[in-house]
Amino acid sequence: MDRHLLSAADLSRDDAALVLDTAEEMRSVADRPIKKLPTLRGRTVVNLFFEDSTRTRISFEVAAKRLSADTINFTAKGSSVSKGESFKDTALTLQAIGADAVVVRHHDSGAPHRLAHAGWIDGSVVNAGDGTHEHPTQALLDAFTMRRHLGDLKGRRIVIVGDVLHSRVARSNALLLSTLGAEVTLVGPPTLLPVGVETWPVEIGYDLDQALAKSDAVMMLRVQKERMNASYFPSAREYARRYGLDARRMALLPEHAFVLHPGPMNRGMEITADVADAARSLIVEQVANGVAIRMAVLYLLLSGAPASAQLQDDGDVDGLENDHDPAVVGATEEAAS
Amino acid sequence: MTGAHLIRGAKPLGGDATDLLLRDGRIVEVGRGLSDADATVVDADGLVALPGLVDLHTHLREPGREDAETVATGTAAAALGGFTAVHAMANTDPVADTAGVVEQVWNLGREAGHCDVHPVGAVTVGLRGERLAELGAMADSAARVRVFSDDGKCVSDAVIMRRALEYVKAFDGVVAQHAQEPRLTENAQMNEGELSGVLGLCGWPAVAEEAIIARDALLAGHVGSRLHVCHVSTAGSVEIVRWAKQKGWDITAEVTPHHLLLTDELAATYDPIYKVNPPLRTAADVEALRDGLADGTIDIVATDHAPHPVEDKECEWAAAAFGMLGLETALSIAQHTMVDTGRLDWAGLADRMATRPARIGRIEGQGRGIAVGEPGNVTLYDPSATRIVDPTDSASLSRNTPYAGRELPGRVVATFLRGRPTVLDGKLA
Repeated sequence: MDRHLLSAADLSRDDAALVLDTAEEMRSVADRPIKKLPTLRGRTVVNLFFEDSTRTRISFEVAAKRLSADTINFTAKGSSVSKGESFKDTALTLQAIGADAVVVRHHDSGAPHRLAHAGWIDGSVVNAGDGTHEHPTQALLDAFTMRRHLGDLKGRRIVIVGDVLHSRVARSNALLLSTLGAEVTLVGPPTLLPVGVETWPVEIGYDLDQALAKSDAVMMLRVQKERMNASYFPSAREYARRYGLDARRMALLPEHAFVLHPGPMNRGMEITADVADAARSLIVEQVANGVAIRMAVLYLLLSGAPASAQLQDDGDVDGLENDHDPAVVGATEEAAS
Repeated sequence: MTGAHLIRGAKPLGGDATDLLLRDGRIVEVGRGLSDADATVVDADGLVALPGLVDLHTHLREPGREDAETVATGTAAAALGGFTAVHAMANTDPVADTAGVVEQVWNLGREAGHCDVHPVGAVTVGLRGERLAELGAMADSAARVRVFSDDGKCVSDAVIMRRALEYVKAFDGVVAQHAQEPRLTENAQMNEGELSGVLGLCGWPAVAEEAIIARDALLAGHVGSRLHVCHVSTAGSVEIVRWAKQKGWDITAEVTPHHLLLTDELAATYDPIYKVNPPLRTAADVEALRDGLADGTIDIVATDHAPHPVEDKECEWAAAAFGMLGLETALSIAQHTMVDTGRLDWAGLADRMATRPARIGRIEGQGRGIAVGEPGNVTLYDPSATRIVDPTDSASLSRNTPYAGRELPGRVVATFLRGRPTVLDGKLA
C-alpha cells in the first residue's frame, strides 16, 4: 500500500483485499473483553476535522485507541481564511508535535491530497472525507459489510442511488467496487449525476424500480433538502417518490439483497423509517464495521513505518485536546499482518 | 535625453541580419555595417528583433494590493518579458472607475519608466455591473483610456453591456469582456468535464463562456460597436468568434499563454498554482486556440498576468485565488506553442503580440515595424537559449508562476522603449 490513503483509486485489488482481510482480524478484537491491541503503542494519530462529523471522528478515534495509539483531536471549524490560521500552519503544527498519521476531514475537495503532497508533513494522511471528492474508508467499510453478507463481490450488482454529484461516498464506492469486480449502477436524477459520469466504470440509470429488480445490494445516499432550492429537483416529496426507498420498492429487491446507507439518514427523504429499520438493512452494522476498517487502515499504514517522535508528556498545546492513553496491560496479542 | 544605441547583427522579425541605429527615441538607420562613434554598441548577433511587445491584459494590483504587485514591479517584469506597453486592468482597490484612479495609475507608470502603462477603465461603477462608470471622463483624462473592462467580473446584464458598447463609440473605445455567465459558474473551481466530476471540484462549463461571447457578438453587431473578448479558452469560443468575424462585425479576441499550453489535467494535483479564471481546459481546446491564433481568428496573445501573494496559493484549492504570472514567460510560451510548432513565423508573432494589441488599444507609437522613422521600441530575443523557470528570479513581487521547474525556450536579451534600454543583457537597465 501507498503511504497515504487519499482515494479509493489508490488501492489495487490486492491492496483492497488486504485491508478487508485485515479488518476481519480487527473485527474480532471488538468481541473480546478487553478491546485493545498494543500494535501502535507510542504512535500518534491526529484527527484533523475541519467539518463536523461526530460519527466519522469517533470511529477513527476508537480505531486508533483499540490499536493503542495516542490520539489527538484537532477540530478547526470554518475555512482557513475565517479561522485565522492557514491550512499550512495547521499542518506544520501537526508535524512539529510529531503526528505519525493525520486523519483529515475537510470541506474542500483535495485538501487531504494537498496535506500529503505539499511537503508540510512527513506522516501518513488518511482521507476521512473531502468536500465532494472521496471518502475511501467509507467505501472500504461498505465493501467489507457487503462482503460479509454476499461473499466475494466479483460480479455482484450494486445500485447506488441519489445525489452522486455531491457525494464523496458515491465516488469512492464506484471506484472501489469496480476494483473489486462488482457491477455498479448509479441511479439518480440527471441533475445530480456529474458531467463526465459516462466515463466512470459504472452503469447509469434514471429508473430506480428497474435497477432494483436485479441488484444484490442497494446503497442509498444522503440527499440534502437544500438541493431543491438550487433546483436540482422540484421538491423533497417528488424526490422521495422517484428516488426514495420505501417498503414497496424494497419488495422489488431480490430476496437475498441488502440495503445500505452511509448515514446520517434523512428518514422520509431518501429512505423510509420502516426500510431503515428492516432486517435486511445493514446500516447499523456498517457503523460497527467502520471501526474495524479504520483499525485495518491505520495498522497497515503505520505498522511498517519507523517510530518517530512521541508525545510522552501531556504538555498543554493550544487548541489541542490531548488524549494520552497509558498502555494497556493484558492485550498482548498481535494482529496478523 | 538618452544616448544613441547601435544594435549590431539583429534579425528584424527573424529576417536577414542587419544593424539598427536608435537615436532620439526613434529608429534612425537600418542597414549592414552602420557606425556611430557616439552610440553604445549592443551585440545582437543571432538575436531576433521584434517590435516592443504590447500586453492588453495585465494586473498591476496598485492601488490596493501592493503586497502582490506594484506598478513599478509589474512593469519591471513586463520589460524583462520584452514588453514596452501594458494595459493595467481596472480591478484594483479602489477600482479604476474614475478619472482620478486611472490618472494615478498612469502617473505611477510614467514614474517607474519600465514601460508605458495604459490604464483600463472599469465599465461599471465598482465592477458591480449595475450602472456605467464615467467612461467619458476616463477617456478624456490624461490617461486617455480607450479600453474598458470589468475583468474579473462579467458585464452579465445584457442592457448594461449594450449601453457600454454604444457609449464608447463616441471616443473610439472598446469594451473588453470577461465572458463568464455568473449563474452557470457559481463556486466554479475548474473546467467542467470528465475530470471535475472525478476530482469533486465544481465545474466551470465552456458554455458559460461561449454563451456570453455569442450574446455580446450579436449585440456588437446590432449596435455596430467594437467588442474585444478577453482570455478566450474553449474551442467553442473560437468557433463563435470566427463566425462573428465572418459576419463582418468588429470583434477581436485574445488568448493567454497558459491557455495555449496547459490543460485541466494539472488540477488533479490540487495545487492551486494551476487555479486560474477562466480555467485550464482540455488538450482539444488548446489545439483549437493555437489554430485560432494562427489563422487570425484570435487576434492577440495577452498575458492576464495575475500576481498573488504566496499565502493565497499555499492553501486548499477552493480557498486559493485565481490567476498566474505571465509577463516574463509569455514570449517563451508563444515561441514554444506557435513558432516552434510552425504555426507562426516571427512576423506573425510580432503581429499577435505587438501590432494588433496596440491597434485594439488605440495606442499610437507602439506595435510598429522595425524600420527607419519608427519609434525605437525594440525587443531583442534569443530563441535558441533555454532556461529553467525559477520563481524567485521574477521581478514581480509574487511567485505564482505555473512554470516553476519547467525548461522554456528563449530569452529576452534587451528591450528598448523609445530608444532607451529598459533591459540590457537580460537585466533591468
